[in-house]
Amino acid sequence: MHKVYGRRDFEIIGDLIESGTRVLDLGCGEGDLLAWLKENKNVDGRGVELVGARVQKAIARGVSVYQGSLESAVEDYPEQAFDYVVLSQTLQETRDPLRVLSGMLRVGKRAVVAFPNFGHYSVRLATMLTGRAPRTKLFPYDWYDSPNIHFLTVLDFEALVHKQGWRLERRIFVAGDRKVTLLPNLMAETGVFLVSRG
Amino acid sequence: MITEAATATFDRLDLDCGATLAPVEVAYETYGELNAARSNAILVVHAFSGDAHAAGEGGWWSSMIGPGKAFDTDKYFVICSNVLGGCRGTTGPGSINPETGCPWAMAFPSVTIADMVRLQKMLIDRLEIERLLAVTGGSMGGMQALEWAVTYPECVAAAIPIATTARHSAQQIAFNEVGRQAIMADPDWNKGDYYGGKPPGRGLGVARMVGHITYMSDDSMREKFGRRLRSPDQFEVESYLSYRGYKFVDRFDANSYIYITRAMDTFDLTQRGSLVSLFEGKRTRFLLISFTSDWLYPPYQSLEIASALRARNCDVAYCNLDARYGHDSFLVEVDQQTEVVRGFLASTFKETAARA
Repeated sequence: MHKVYGRRDFEIIGDLIESGTRVLDLGCGEGDLLAWLKENKNVDGRGVELVGARVQKAIARGVSVYQGSLESAVEDYPEQAFDYVVLSQTLQETRDPLRVLSGMLRVGKRAVVAFPNFGHYSVRLATMLTGRAPRTKLFPYDWYDSPNIHFLTVLDFEALVHKQGWRLERRIFVAGDRKVTLLPNLMAETGVFLVSRG
Repeated sequence: MITEAATATFDRLDLDCGATLAPVEVAYETYGELNAARSNAILVVHAFSGDAHAAGEGGWWSSMIGPGKAFDTDKYFVICSNVLGGCRGTTGPGSINPETGCPWAMAFPSVTIADMVRLQKMLIDRLEIERLLAVTGGSMGGMQALEWAVTYPECVAAAIPIATTARHSAQQIAFNEVGRQAIMADPDWNKGDYYGGKPPGRGLGVARMVGHITYMSDDSMREKFGRRLRSPDQFEVESYLSYRGYKFVDRFDANSYIYITRAMDTFDLTQRGSLVSLFEGKRTRFLLISFTSDWLYPPYQSLEIASALRARNCDVAYCNLDARYGHDSFLVEVDQQTEVVRGFLASTFKETAARA
């Protein structure tokens, strides 16, 4: 459950979110993104986070965070309660990603999903050259202590969106601190998607 | 810290049971200063055995209220009053019935959490405060904070109910009933008519001993007492409980014990509709806090409230603080609690100021 937002991430996700809207951040950590959105985009934000120490930090900085698992929390909110539901760097850790994504699109008009791209060339090379579960900058864990339980590429995600009949409104690919336009499934370290129910 | 202690008198109070108390008195204390906009007032509501003396020397929540503390009296104006039915300055069963000139005793009308809150609202009106920045309290104080948020939502910017519930469980009612039966089994209770004579100290003492067990945790009792002996034939824990029971008799009225525990047991927000429907359209912000080791008011009871609030898309923060001291944690283990309360209050204050 390692997640650190850099300014770049804020700007990318912030770019996708219109000012003055209602935002739910699932797995919000210490509320960094929500605090940033409140400050810079006048967003009415809520968060869900499982780890108590992070919840305390988030509440202490004035962000309304609920301590609980994001899988069950997303079921409680009323339909279309939010303009955006954000899931950043966590999809690959959820037990039932499709249920989480469906829940996000039930309680929110749009979902913002960012995840590390398992199709990145560094992962492919590591697997091919070592013959072992890849340990890279993007996936820095040994197979036995990794929080990641689903490995997906940006192509996989787009295929799912298509299969579900959802609408892919925007997609942004990032490597380091720059945007990627060429061969994203190979070159992107992170994929950021704006999805609606279509 | 600027501190004032006073008593307010009101002509009458209509109770849920249909009876009217006339007149009715409320003992209260205030800490800090009300600002010019009258927008920095926080009502602190005490738990079952508390009183209006919340802060300063010997105050029951002095760990949380004071200069630089969670409820910072350099910034906020804090009010705490003794509850209706109490025995620390507010009208209760030990007060004089104006019709007979004698103490009410068991002729005192039954009171509810809603009655207590109605009286607090009268006090807040008397102090000319239109909207409270926050209402907060633990345990029975949390019930009153919830009642405030449901009944007077427009008067409460934020509610901070701590280690509390929307309704007592069978287990909570059961412990209260043991306390009541211990009092009533004491021959000195005399059907409540003991004023001017010997109070039912043994019964009240036993009731308090049971109460204290429920406020602690297995862990905290092991740490505090273990199996240590006080004397060759008395365990430390026995001596502690006897002492707490004995001290309680000096400051608490047995009939108030009966009336107030009854008010807690009959409190049930869901009688007025589902929790979810009660919070429809409420603009009050909520911070709910529970404690991992609290088995008297277990976290699931706070979660139930938080879930209902989220189902209505209300602004709610909830955290289950890692604490070892059981239900007493909200009084004694205040570091984490201070951190979240301080930040939550500051952001609420900033938002209400921006809106004004």
